[in-house]
Amino acid sequence: MRKDWIGIPALGILLLLASFAAAQDAVEEMTQDADPRPGEMMEDTAGVEGTQLQPAVEGVPEEPGPALDVPGAITVEDKDNDAGDQLVVCFEPPADTSGVFAYNVYRRKAGETGEVSWNLVKIIPVLGPTLFIDGYDPEYPIEPGTRYEYRVASVSLEGEEYFGEPQVAQAVPAGELYHTGKTKVLIAGGLFIFLIFYYFGKAQRGRQMYLRPIAGIEAIDEAIGRATEMGKPVLYVPGLSTISDVATIASLTILGRVAKKVAQYQTPLMVPNRDPIVYTVADEAVKQAYLEAGRPDAFDPDSVFFLTDSQFAFVAGVNGIMMREKPATNFYLGMFWAESLLLAETGSLTGAIQIAGTDAVTQLPFFITTCDYTLIGEELYAASAYLGREPKQIGAVKGQDACKGIIMAFITIAFVLSILDMVADTETLEWVRRIVTVPIVD
Amino acid sequence: MKRTVPLMIVMVGGILMMVQYFIPHQYSQAVFDSYVSWAPIIAAFALILGVGSLTRVHAHKIRRKAENWQYSWAVLIPLYAMPVLAHIWPVSLSGGMDEPSIFHFLFMHIQVPIQATMFSMLAFYIASAAFRAFRAKSALATVLLLAAVIVMLGQVPIGDLIAKWFPQIGLWILRYPNLAAKRAIMLGVGFGILATNLKIIFGVERNWLGGAGK
Repeated sequence: MRKDWIGIPALGILLLLASFAAAQDAVEEMTQDADPRPGEMMEDTAGVEGTQLQPAVEGVPEEPGPALDVPGAITVEDKDNDAGDQLVVCFEPPADTSGVFAYNVYRRKAGETGEVSWNLVKIIPVLGPTLFIDGYDPEYPIEPGTRYEYRVASVSLEGEEYFGEPQVAQAVPAGELYHTGKTKVLIAGGLFIFLIFYYFGKAQRGRQMYLRPIAGIEAIDEAIGRATEMGKPVLYVPGLSTISDVATIASLTILGRVAKKVAQYQTPLMVPNRDPIVYTVADEAVKQAYLEAGRPDAFDPDSVFFLTDSQFAFVAGVNGIMMREKPATNFYLGMFWAESLLLAETGSLTGAIQIAGTDAVTQLPFFITTCDYTLIGEELYAASAYLGREPKQIGAVKGQDACKGIIMAFITIAFVLSILDMVADTETLEWVRRIVTVPIVD
Repeated sequence: MKRTVPLMIVMVGGILMMVQYFIPHQYSQAVFDSYVSWAPIIAAFALILGVGSLTRVHAHKIRRKAENWQYSWAVLIPLYAMPVLAHIWPVSLSGGMDEPSIFHFLFMHIQVPIQATMFSMLAFYIASAAFRAFRAKSALATVLLLAAVIVMLGQVPIGDLIAKWFPQIGLWILRYPNLAAKRAIMLGVGFGILATNLKIIFGVERNWLGGAGK
């Protein structure tokens, strides 16, 4: 065991030395090729097209020819499904790549002149792919509708460039009006929207729809009632994300319903916020809930407040509130990250009844462990429909269920096909997978 | 009017963004970029409201001499001192301008360690939560405990020493039952997000409008 420990670094050092020596030999060999012999002159020709290192030996006729072989033809195509800001560039590598370290690809607008007009847009290692997508570098963006010119240089270990012939791009970049890679998303999205609207219509026509009871939502009334009986406040944390997060919006709709009940029971409410925009929306939602409950006078402007936008400072602030004010009920609904356990565990220590809900899969175990009730994933989005019982909201939940039914049908079919494939040695599932699977699109 | 205008803005914006997703053309991208660039501008103005709210709440506490009102000073003084030290008076401890400023000193030696302390407390909270979660009070809790023991032991070298099958079983639990449950949740979340977006775009969900939504 001890020998192994000594052997591994020793072997590593030996390998390093060997590769270093080999690299040095290669450099020396190339230097000898490139270096002028005594009495020879070297012309500085870097940057000249079809460049050669031209030895000039007195009395010996010059033999012009590149020291390094230069890349060949360049092919340029417009990239599909882009905004007209990318081109697919491909070049032929030199026949002899000995001594070539990398390729430098330069671009300029067609018609421009002068060496300074060339922009280095890509460096490709000698063994790297000679096909690449140009336009990613924000320093040198590609303008739609502009014709460009390219040239590629072989680069030696010393950094000298040997340029191939410049070539005007065969294609002009142009943006497309439809992304062909997103057709399957369009079909699935269209089907989903159709199902949602179908159930909206059904609900509006007065059709009774059954919703599976969710313990966490049914416990909301009980939790607020408990706080009222104890004469302690209710704490509502609408997550730590911004208003652009759908979980935050779902949380704010639940906050409206919770605040209405809190107003009816005349229980104090505290809503700390991490995001200033979420704070303003939460403030409006709570104010409106008190108005709807017929108790606008009971609304305390200090009940909804901004704390800080720093993640752990927010946790410290909320934990401090929990330890000082000892709220009887804590709601954690929205988007949470690492702070979920810090919040919920502190709340658990204070003896509060806790209802959590998030769509962050990684935080769910922490909430399930420390909270009395947890709304898992989509239940957070369905909570508003459960609390409001408005037909259209219930219709949306039924539409979601129908979509899940379709997915379940697909999974069942795939399961059956995979067993059939195993038995009959066919590839039906692979064939179906190719049709259904959405390709990765940018 | 107070309700219709915001609803129309959301509907037009929402539909535009949906359509934009399928159009990669430069004009479509320009519309998207223009919409996205509004977000930081609005956030910057909203921060003023946020700081105002924090100041108001703590000023009220101090004025009323509410319980623990002294802590409110601990909030208000750094809240205003830090921007002043950063932008208006960026001097160093010795009074010169070449050394790290007082702001930098306070940030590195107070704020950063406090935040690191809060984060590192997570380790103790995880231990306490794990203790509670792994109490085998029922059949399901026992299954959870067993699965957790196998997965945890499968991740460390001692698991391999105890039994060769520990890592394989642990990996199987993570790859199949665990991943299946995760994917089911994520699928539901995806549909939930889509449905909520549609409800907001088409005005079914209006709670986000606050007072204007009714």
